[in-house]
Formats: sequence, C-alpha cells, structure tokens
Amino acid sequence: MSRQDSIWNRVDWLLITLFFVLVIFGWLNIYAVGYDAEQVQSIFSFDLNSGKQLIWIAGSVVLIIVIMIIDFRFFDSFAYYIYAGFIFMLILVLLFGTEIAGNKSWFVLGPMRLQPSEFTKFATALAVAKFFSTRNVRLDQFSGQIQSAWIVLLPIVLIVMQGDVGTAMVFLSFIFVYYREGLPTYYLIIGTSAIAIFILTLLIEPLYLTIAVVVLGVLLIAFFNKRKKYIVMVIAGVVGVIGVIGSVDYLISDVLKPHQQNRIKALINPDADPLGFGWNVTQSKIAIGSGGSFGKGFLEGTQTKFDFVPEQSTDFIFCTIGEEHGWMGSFILIILFLGLLLRILFIAERQKGNFARIYGYAVACIFFVHFGINIGMTIGLFPVAGIPLPFFSYGGSSLWSFTILLFVLIKLDAHRMQVLTR
Amino acid sequence: MIKNRKYYIPAIFIVVGIIFLIKLFSIQVMDSRYKLAAENNVINKVIEYPYRGLIYDRNNKIIVHNTPTYDIMVVPKEVQVGDTAKFCSLFDITREEFENKVAAAKKYSYIKQSLFFPQLSNREFASIQDKLIEYKGFYPVARTVRNYPDSVLANGLGYIGEVSKRQLERDTSNYYKSGDYIGISGMEAAYEKELRGKRGVKYKLVNVRGIEKGSFNDGRFDTASVPGNNLISSIDLDLQKYAEYLMKDKVGSIVAIEPSTGEVLALVSSPSYDPNQLSGRKYSSNFTQLNQDSLKPLFNRPIMATYRPGSVFKLVQSLIALQEGVITPATRVVCNRGIINCHGAHTNADLHDAIKFSCNPYFYSTFRRIINQGKDPKMNVDSRIGLKTWDEYLYKLGFGRKLGVDIPNEQKGLVPEPSYYNRYYGEGGWNFYTIYSLSIGEGELLTTPLQVANLAAILANRGYFIRPHLVKGIDTPDSYLKLDYNREDTGINPEHFNTVVNAMAEIVNGTARVAKVDDITICGKTGTVQNKNSYDHSAFMSFAPKENPKIALSVYVENAGWGGGVAAAISGLLIEKYIKGEVSENRAWVENYVMTKAYLKNL
Repeated sequence: MSRQDSIWNRVDWLLITLFFVLVIFGWLNIYAVGYDAEQVQSIFSFDLNSGKQLIWIAGSVVLIIVIMIIDFRFFDSFAYYIYAGFIFMLILVLLFGTEIAGNKSWFVLGPMRLQPSEFTKFATALAVAKFFSTRNVRLDQFSGQIQSAWIVLLPIVLIVMQGDVGTAMVFLSFIFVYYREGLPTYYLIIGTSAIAIFILTLLIEPLYLTIAVVVLGVLLIAFFNKRKKYIVMVIAGVVGVIGVIGSVDYLISDVLKPHQQNRIKALINPDADPLGFGWNVTQSKIAIGSGGSFGKGFLEGTQTKFDFVPEQSTDFIFCTIGEEHGWMGSFILIILFLGLLLRILFIAERQKGNFARIYGYAVACIFFVHFGINIGMTIGLFPVAGIPLPFFSYGGSSLWSFTILLFVLIKLDAHRMQVLTR
Repeated sequence: MIKNRKYYIPAIFIVVGIIFLIKLFSIQVMDSRYKLAAENNVINKVIEYPYRGLIYDRNNKIIVHNTPTYDIMVVPKEVQVGDTAKFCSLFDITREEFENKVAAAKKYSYIKQSLFFPQLSNREFASIQDKLIEYKGFYPVARTVRNYPDSVLANGLGYIGEVSKRQLERDTSNYYKSGDYIGISGMEAAYEKELRGKRGVKYKLVNVRGIEKGSFNDGRFDTASVPGNNLISSIDLDLQKYAEYLMKDKVGSIVAIEPSTGEVLALVSSPSYDPNQLSGRKYSSNFTQLNQDSLKPLFNRPIMATYRPGSVFKLVQSLIALQEGVITPATRVVCNRGIINCHGAHTNADLHDAIKFSCNPYFYSTFRRIINQGKDPKMNVDSRIGLKTWDEYLYKLGFGRKLGVDIPNEQKGLVPEPSYYNRYYGEGGWNFYTIYSLSIGEGELLTTPLQVANLAAILANRGYFIRPHLVKGIDTPDSYLKLDYNREDTGINPEHFNTVVNAMAEIVNGTARVAKVDDITICGKTGTVQNKNSYDHSAFMSFAPKENPKIALSVYVENAGWGGGVAAAISGLLIEKYIKGEVSENRAWVENYVMTKAYLKNL
C-alpha cells in the first residue's frame, strides 16, 4: 500500500482530534473526582478510577486499530448479523445476566462487566442504515413506517424489560434518523407536543388544563373556517390532548416505578424534598452552580470530591466540570460536543452511499441524546436517567461502544470514494 | 423538502446547546445561592470559645477562675447504645429523657454534634469516662465554667449566663451568638468587654457523611481564640472573707474603701449566696430559688439599699455650717429637749461635744442657721434659698446622686430639693419648720451604704474623694493597664474637717467603746436608723487611723438596735483586721459578741 493510500491519510483527523480531546478531558475529570488532597495518588494508579479508565482508553485504541484494519464493507455486509447477535445477547442477559442497581443488564465475567445494551446502539445503527439503504421504504406511508419501526422497537422492548429505561430512551434518538429519511414532520410535532402537555399536566391542575384545551378548540372552530374536515381535525386534536392529560396520572402512578416517579417529581420541584428524592438534582445543581464563571480550579472542587453528588464519576461527571472549571469550562465542553455532533453530520452528508450517510446520522443522534439527557439532568432540565456522557463518564462499556460508533463512521468515511452511488 | 431536513437536525442540536449554556449561565454566574449552599455543605464552622478573664484581689489572690467541665455531645447517626437503662444511669436520667434528647439532636442534624448533657464536673466526668467508651456516638467536649474558690463577694462579682434573646437583638456589634455566655451583673457585666476575650473560629471541610477532610483554604480564614483580660480588683480577699463571716445571719451591708485611692476593699451584702451556685449546670434552678428567697440574696444592698442616714448626717451639717460660717467650733447651743428629743449627759455643748454626744437640738439649731440665713425677709423664700445651698453641698459630698461605682444598678438615694417640697406643699408653701427632720438625718433623706462609706473617705481625706471602684486595673497579655478614677473636691475647707474629725476620734471612747482598738485611733460616728414598725437599724461610719487613714467604712446591720452596738463592733474588728492583719486575743470577746447576735434568726 503506497503512502498515499494509507488509511491514516484518508481519515478525518478533526473528528479524531475531537475524540481524543474529549477522552483526555474526561479522564482528567475522573481523576479529579477521586482526588484526595490528604492522600495524593498518581493519576495512573490502578486503585483509582482514573487508572482503570486508562486501561479502557488503551482498549479503545486497540479497538480503533482493529476497526481501521477490517475491510470497510464488513459493516455493511454483516450489519444484520451483528444486529441479530446483539439482540440475542439482550435476550441472554435477560435470562442469565446479573442485576446491578435494579437493572438486569450486565454480564459479569470475573473482574469484567459487560453491558450488551451499550453495544446494541451500534448494532441498531448498522441495522437501520442497512435497512434504509437496501430497501426502498416509503416512510411517508404508514406501511413503510410499520415495516421499519421494529428494528428500533425490538431492542427498546428488550432493554425496558431489563429495567433500564434510560438506555432505552437513547433509542428514541433514531426518530431523527427516520425523520431525515422521510418520516413526516407531524411525528416530531406530535411527539414534542405530547411531552410538552405531559410536563404542563405536572405543573398545572389537569382540570384547568382540560378546560383550557376545550375552550381553545371551541375558539378555533368558531373563528376559523367551518369546513367539515377542519372541524373534525380540531375535535380529534382536543380529544387527543385530553387523552394525554388523562393518561399522565395513570402513567406516573401505575407504569413508572417509584424511583422513576420521584425523578419526575424532582425535576418539577426539587425543593419539595431536597434531602430525599430531590437530593441528586439539588446537589448536582449546587456543585455546578458553585463553580461560578471560572470554576474553583482543577482538583479544587469540594462538592464532588466529598461525595455530595452521587454517581459523580459516571452519570454526574459533568458536575465536576461545572464545579472545577465554571461556566467557561462548561462552555468549552458544550462547544466541543456541538463541534463533534456537527462534524459527524457534515461527514454523514458528504457520503455518496446511503448506508454510510444513514449510519452517520444514527451516530450523531445517539451522541446527541446522550449529551442532551445527561447534561440536562445534571442541571435540572431533564429527569434523572442513568445514561453516561459520551467519552467522559467512567466505564469501559460506554467508552468502547462510543468509540466503535464513532470510528466505524470514520472508517466508512475514509472509504467514501470507493462506494458506488446507488 | 426532505433535503432541507439536513439543516433542521443541526439546528435542533445547536438550540439545545444554547439552552444549556443559558441555563448554566443562570446557575453558575447569575445565581449566588448555589455558592452559599456549597459552602454550607462542606464547611463546618467550629467555634473555639475563649477563656474568660480571671479576677484577682488586690494582693493577687484568685477570686474567680475557670474550671474545666465536659459537655457530652451526641452524633445521632452514630449512636449505638446497647443497654439503655445502664446508659441512662450514668447520667441519672430517665429513658424518656434520653429519647427526647436524642430526638432533639436528630432534629438539628444526623451527622453533626449536638449537646446531649451539659457541664459535667471533672469528678463526674472521671467517674463515667471509662464506661462512656462502650457507647458509640457520644463525645466529650471540654468547656469551662466560672469557679469561686472562696465563695465570697457574690453580688460584687455578679454572674454570667447564656445571652438572652433581647440582648442578642440589642447587640449592635453582632458579637454575640445564641448560646454564648455574657456577664449579667456585678463586675462580670461591667467589665464584660475586657473579660470575654475573642471567639476563635476554625473552618473545617467535611464530606457528605460529616467526616472531617482537613481545613478550609489551609486555615487562612481561621482565627485563634483570644483569652479575656484579667481584672485586678481592689478587693482585699482576706478582709472580704472576714467581713462576710461577721455578717453571718444578719441582714445588712458593709462597704470598706481605701480613702486615698477610692478603692473598695470589701463589699458585703448580707444575706448573700455562694457564687458557685450560679455557675454550671444547676444555674437555672438555683437562680429561681435565690430569686424567690424573701431575704433577697440577689439584692446588692451596699449600692442598692437606701436608708435614712440618721445621726451620721450630723457630721455633714457641721461641715456645711462651718463652711457657710453660720457656726464656729466654739458655738454653743442649749440642749433644749423641748424642741427635739435628745440623749446623754450634756446641757450646753459646743460643736465638739455636740458631735460626741450626738446632740439633736444642737444640729436642729445648726441646720436652721444654714437654711435661714436671712437672705430674704420672707421666711419661706429664705428657706428655699437655704435648702438650695444645702443641696449643693450635699451633691458635692456625694449624696442624692450616683457616685459612679463600676458595677451596675447603683441607686442614688434621695436628697430633697425645693421642687420636691413644692410638689407636696405647693409653691413656697413650706419653710424650715416643715423640713427640720433633715437636721438629724431623718425625714425624706435616703442614702446608700456606699455613699456613707464615701463620706467616711471624704472625712478621712479632709475634703475630697476618689470615685469608689472595685477594679484597679486590667491585666492584658502585653501590659498592665491601671485604671484612672477622677478625684472630686467638696469645696469645704480642710480645717473644718479637722474640727469634725477630732470629735469623731472621741466617739470610740464614748458611745462606741466596743469599736476601740489599741494603738489605732478610730474616728467614727454612730447612726441609728429609726424604723416605725420594727427594731432600729444599727449603723456605724468610721475611718482609721486618724492620721494618714488606710480604711473608711460604713456598716449597716438591719434591725440590730443602736449604732454603738453591733455595727460599731464589726467596724472595729474590720479596722483591726485590715491594719494589723489579725484581731488580737483580748478582743476575741467582741467577735464573739458580734457572732452571737444572729439577728436573722430572731426575725
């Protein structure tokens, strides 16, 4: 292979740089969380999470090299097999997995713990890309929607069965991919409206909300055109909204588990019980808020260090950034993530092949949902859901799965010129 | 249409990113509550209470010091008490009390220390120390309480107590915090600022379980506590002890002053209490008991009780009359017992003898000469002018006003002014004949024992006094600060004093023989405060020695009969004790006489 042809000359170095910047920034923060001024240990010490994370990072590098060596057509060709393999793993984990923190989503092999659902995101992304690139599915038609929906719904159902609603929620990110591939806009509008009405119902007395919706419907019919179709649509809308309002109470008290109910209550009013269900959100906001404009300085944070914020090296890692690096640090982090997301979208759009493009969108959307939910929950904009911040949160499974997601895209991108346009 | 969607998706990403940045800006930059909450989370403020200053007597003997006590603190989260009954028996509390205390602590905090049992003495603590180790979650914290080795001078020293809500509200300097101790009366209150010292603060970092994680900011904001300054009192501890001993089972007061300096050598209020009662754990129950006592042990008689001065005032009349020139030492007055009653064998005494025999008609006449000097033809107007002049002298002699002694609650007594009589008898509706009782120290006059002792000091100094005080100086770690007290002159010629003092010197050979001490010339004057419904109060005012006086005294013993009796006896004993150091064998009978007069028991 000539020097000109080397894979390293064709990869997107900007994306790789962003990846390493985020991973190293995250690694330093994992060290900061475990740092004890009275008992200073090296960042490389394997007693600390930072030392262990270094092993995961090294593992990621190995994964990157492997991905770069594998033939790029492998992912396209084997997409369904990989997907089938992980669906099988999800079923296995339901049968033989170990329950950790209420979720039966782990295989424990000696010191190793593996979470198949983390990798199922990758497998699903491949399967969705394969599906839309090989078949001519009309997403603006109901039959096409039904045909394609099962690829995403199957893992969602299995992961919800494990009890891991947070991870299942990530799969909702595929709605953006479907949207990009032709799903009608009103799916997004209806979805967003349903969430908005859901939250409004929690904030406002449902009866008032119902009255308001009915009055609005009557006004719409009274002042606008009186065509039959329009009237039917408005009435259907009003009935639908009232249905959502009515279901909120049922959803919260019968479908959600108590801890999930509390997470929603904590989002609406964390001050109601700051020492109980509001603890996580309250302490997380205190830690971030106490950082001020420029933060307390690296290793100087007190809130995260003294265990006031739970799950600080995994799900609440953002608190350490907010506390030690202040608004400036948060700003840089968010800009880095936005840069990463937009670069992935840019790369997706420049693909000649549909498979790579759709896969790219899936990667961007998965990262986006992780980023949005994780940071959203630490600053009290989203209910607490146990999903990690890509590249930052401590843990091998998540780091490796994000690495695979990203570098498979980089690999596909490196070979974009070799793909024939369909 | 579908093509446009490649712009919508990044737009959604960017909008979410901006929402996050705005939200972060609001909680990190705009809202300072989170910073405070963070500090509250991790910073545990540990107050270091300063040592309160000590109080020494004039010979550097300790009057008040601090002794260690132990507060038992509880951390509810760590409490592990196997056998509650056994544990309760250590503190002599019931199971219910135990549970209430722990519940109250839980209310405050699960992980921070709260007070479980206050102020165990050294001995009490030693007896439970070993057993306490078996129970988890209880920690002893050393504190100090006031301790009074000789149990004297209770009312002069005062006491300290927890600062009240009202005091906290009035404290503009914001020094005090709830739970602090503050001087409530006596020297403890008057010299609070010197004695209290400065509280220290240590900021400790704690983690979520309340475990200490080192100091905040390397202790840059920590301050060490500064002990309070020591007071050097003017009190002579030995004299004070002896004086209190002599006043046993009697109601009354003793004030002893060093005339040349105004220093109070002894200040006795009887009956008193053991100051240790108002220190420590039993403070509130003891205080209630003392406060309800019908003999008012908390009433500081030497500066708060007021009596009619009686015959002691004849010395004042003499001085004013001589200064006004209305009599001379040679002036003689017929002892006309038709106007006012009298006693003793004299018929036509001069001033010297009149003082010696305490002749009432003589001072009736003298007072009349002061009041009616013929400055106005109208008798009533003339009386008003005279009384005004007389009042001015009294003011200079320290009557009818506060002398400004350095402990709180001093009373000023009463010297009637013309306006006072105007109020009773109408404008100008009175004259000498209305007010003549003042001539022998009766009538409306009221004086405190301190004012009378101060008069003795004025006589001893032949014309001036120094503001009486209990604290000579303040001993700070760096230096000794001597306090200055101003001298006040009476404006009366020293030679007039000599006339009066010469007569006083003979009293111990006359009416107050019981006070006579070998080798010391005691100048004194008896006073008998007449009471309408009960036995007279015995009063004696004196100083000694006649030349270069060392001590001036006033002694009041209520319902103990005439002044030449027990009050004079006590005065003689105290003078002897102070000047000679001890009471001689041949006067043991006087002490015996005083001690058998247990007037309190007769009440």
